[in-house]
Amino acid sequence: MSEDQNITPEIAEEKEPSSLKLIAALGIAGLLSGIILVGTYIYTLPMIEKNKAEAMKSAIFKVLPGCDSYETFKLENEKLIQKVEDESKKREDNNDELLIYAGYDNNKELIGFAIPGSEPGFQDIIVTIFGYDPNAKVIIGFEVLESKETPGLGDKIFKDADFQTNFKELVVDPEIILVKNGKKENAYEVDGISGATISSKAVVGLLNNTMTVWRMAIDDYMSDK
Amino acid sequence: MNTIDNRGTQEFMKGIWKENPIFVSVLGMCPALAVTNTAMNSLAMGLATTFVLLCSSILVSSLRKMIPKPVRITAYIIIIATFVTVVDFLLAAYTPTIHKELGAFIALIVVNCLILGRQESFASKNTVGLAIKDALGMSLGFTFAMLCIGIPREILGSGSLFDFALFGENFEPWVVMILPPGGFFMLGFLLLIFNWYAERKKRRANELIVENE
Repeated sequence: MSEDQNITPEIAEEKEPSSLKLIAALGIAGLLSGIILVGTYIYTLPMIEKNKAEAMKSAIFKVLPGCDSYETFKLENEKLIQKVEDESKKREDNNDELLIYAGYDNNKELIGFAIPGSEPGFQDIIVTIFGYDPNAKVIIGFEVLESKETPGLGDKIFKDADFQTNFKELVVDPEIILVKNGKKENAYEVDGISGATISSKAVVGLLNNTMTVWRMAIDDYMSDK
Repeated sequence: MNTIDNRGTQEFMKGIWKENPIFVSVLGMCPALAVTNTAMNSLAMGLATTFVLLCSSILVSSLRKMIPKPVRITAYIIIIATFVTVVDFLLAAYTPTIHKELGAFIALIVVNCLILGRQESFASKNTVGLAIKDALGMSLGFTFAMLCIGIPREILGSGSLFDFALFGENFEPWVVMILPPGGFFMLGFLLLIFNWYAERKKRRANELIVENE
């Protein structure tokens, strides 16, 4: 290869440098690299957070058709408590707390709740958000936020329009049941994806499990109103 | 002057064809197989690798007399990893969808043999100017090869190109092409063509020598 001829003599003749010099060289390299990384992190952090917030916002609007504004609620002692956005406390937010979003139309009428939920899929955890209408007790929208499901098969949970129509008016009580593709007869059944049974199962399991967490709290909240 | 110019062009051109990192050196197989399921992913991966290779080559080449030889590989890795993390942040900030698609494979640019290989065998022994030309040629060759794999995979496997549907409703996508085996099929097929072409060229040259004698 041509580059083999280019070995400069000074490298070949160089004496073994002292350990101190080696440590110093790597120390300086690490320090400089750290400075560059911190700089880039600080520069890009606001943009990355904005992207995440916008992705969440557009997902909420998508799963609650006709939604105009929303409020954030958290689950505390089995009750829904409105969460006040406080900029100064934002950094200390506990990421583990369970949040849902109540969406309102332009007359300030409650359309439903956007509920995030996640469940292990075929490859990795599927992170989703779905719209729930507490008056009719049906799911009215479904959106996948994060998934590494197999391209062409499992990714149909968010790419396949037929699968998405399952979530136009899906009854959640007493339980959502997965049926084979094309066998859907009842309002509480989900038409599975052929070739992606595990992914379909994960979605149905996710909806059932997440509803179990929220059902009581949402019902309480609705009867209080 | 003329010979130096020629040398630069040569270093640039070799990466694109004669020493193409994927088709000839068979380096960087991890991204070549894993993220070539769509043309857009191939292009994004190619450009991200270009950025990392170019920046690392410039830095390694300009610091080549200051990096002590026994720790040079460690130093290269620190430099490469820094730029990879920078790319990771920038993609997440400016193109969140592509960042989501490429996922873990951005971080894995660090271990792409192509990049470390160029630092060790070229940038650390040559001037900055030559290192830039070498890095640009190599990364262009890499991006070209990624697209060579990615475009047919997307057309056959999804019936689209850069997300634009090419065929009507009746097209039945050849799903295996966007699954991992499809990557191996496409790469094997392209390597076959490349090697057949190189072999034929060699045979022609030999025949010419024989005729002359």
